Amino acid sequence: MEVKNLTCVECPMGCQIEVGLSNGVVEYVKGNTCPRGKLYAENEIKRPLRVLTSSVKCVGGKMLPVKTDKPIPKDMMMDLMSKINACHPSLPIKTGDVVIKNLYEDVNLIATKTIE
Amino acid sequence: MKHDIVIIGGGPAGLAAAVACYDNGAKDVVIIERGEELGGILNQCIHNGFGLTRFKESLSGPEYAERFIDEVKKRNIKYYLDTMVISLNKDKVIKAVNPTLGFFEIEAKSVILAMGCRERSRGALNVAGTRPAGIYSAGTAQKYVNIKGYMPGKEVVILGSGDIGLIMARRMTLEGAKVHAVCEIMPYSSGLKRNIVQCLDDFGIPLYLNHTITKIHGTDRVTGVTVSKVDKNRMPILGTEMYFSCDTVLFSVGLIPENELTKSCDIPLSPRTRGAVVSQTRETMVDGIFACGNVLQVHDLVDFVSEESEIAGKFSADYVLNGAKAHDYVDTKEGENISYVLPQKIDKAVSGHVKLFFRVKNTFKDCTIRVKCGDSVLLERKKKIAVPGEMETLLITNDKLKDLNQTVVVELQTNS
Repeated sequence: MEVKNLTCVECPMGCQIEVGLSNGVVEYVKGNTCPRGKLYAENEIKRPLRVLTSSVKCVGGKMLPVKTDKPIPKDMMMDLMSKINACHPSLPIKTGDVVIKNLYEDVNLIATKTIE
Repeated sequence: MKHDIVIIGGGPAGLAAAVACYDNGAKDVVIIERGEELGGILNQCIHNGFGLTRFKESLSGPEYAERFIDEVKKRNIKYYLDTMVISLNKDKVIKAVNPTLGFFEIEAKSVILAMGCRERSRGALNVAGTRPAGIYSAGTAQKYVNIKGYMPGKEVVILGSGDIGLIMARRMTLEGAKVHAVCEIMPYSSGLKRNIVQCLDDFGIPLYLNHTITKIHGTDRVTGVTVSKVDKNRMPILGTEMYFSCDTVLFSVGLIPENELTKSCDIPLSPRTRGAVVSQTRETMVDGIFACGNVLQVHDLVDFVSEESEIAGKFSADYVLNGAKAHDYVDTKEGENISYVLPQKIDKAVSGHVKLFFRVKNTFKDCTIRVKCGDSVLLERKKKIAVPGEMETLLITNDKLKDLNQTVVVELQTNS
């Protein structure tokens, strides 16, 4: 049995949750005070996902804020950063424009600012 | 020149106030912004999580700002960029400078103060050591990385675990720096739980609670810091020193409302919030001058800045269109375990519900928050948890206003 400890982020309580796993399957969740905590823990164990945000240097030197349009696996963040930093979009650009298509599977990197 | 309403500051507070002024009938509004674009600090807050309350979606800072900038532009509201207000007086005469007009004056009927905050600096903390390069406030580092595209350093120690510090720990890590430690003098972080998990835990960055930097080393460039544990009076404990080698120190140690203009026209400030004393309309104690957003009280969420600024905008428009009205003030006051209450005055002459904003002094589990007027309890709410990092609110409904005959006190008591 493997045990993992997590902090729930669903509310300011920040419950310290303990998850028991056997062969990667959740056996028990304890320490949570509400059902949201259980769900949070299960998702975090299964496949923690995060929206990645960054900024990239455009042609001409201006910085453009960007984000992934869907969450990506947490452990992919550092790998994807090198791909993101290698990209230099040209201006003008609008909020929501795709900066890198299929950055990871069907997740795109999009602009979060309009720059003329 | 003359304008009905002048808004000082084009960040989230100023933008929301401007739209509200316009939509409440005061069309002659002008925004004065010191920076080169509208949006204020949101422009450098490229992380997501903005707008969850207001738009029910998670936006980045620039996206949140753009929604309001679009509204301002749609209404053709006038704004000056690169413009610094250098003085304001009680007659609402504003003196300002910018590169195109040089020095100029605006006579306003109403003014909305929306200048926001600045960061507390190393000097404010008196950290010992030399004065090498490599020491930044977290917000300055954020501007370098996100707006200018420079990395301030490679090996980082962060003092203070407020949200900006946490966000920058993640940001610097993603850009290839190594963040060795985040030190927090208090026994808890003032940052959101979500940020502790997603900015520190996700990257294995250690958070040292009850620790502070006691010395910065290096002559030309930072070479390291000494970190010590502190006792319950927040004094360093001898013998607990740890040394971290680093080339960069970031300070994320709180925000100070930028109230120089407010002070210059003798608007009374609250020592608790360090912002102006206001009523529920966000009118200061000088008729026709309003304040909103972080210049008034430091908010956790921009969504609440927008909400507050819409109140200021609405009543500023009312002041311009219908003139000054007589006030009937009753004070509010922080009671046991509460650090401040805003508004500091309730104007009984203004009808409508009054939302009280306040912060608790410590982390409390199983507690009851009460709003009292003398011996009578106006409101009572039980809470499973209350923390200083999350602003609390309670609503005094319109029907209760007439019964307020003495100071309204907010207090918190534990139920155990």
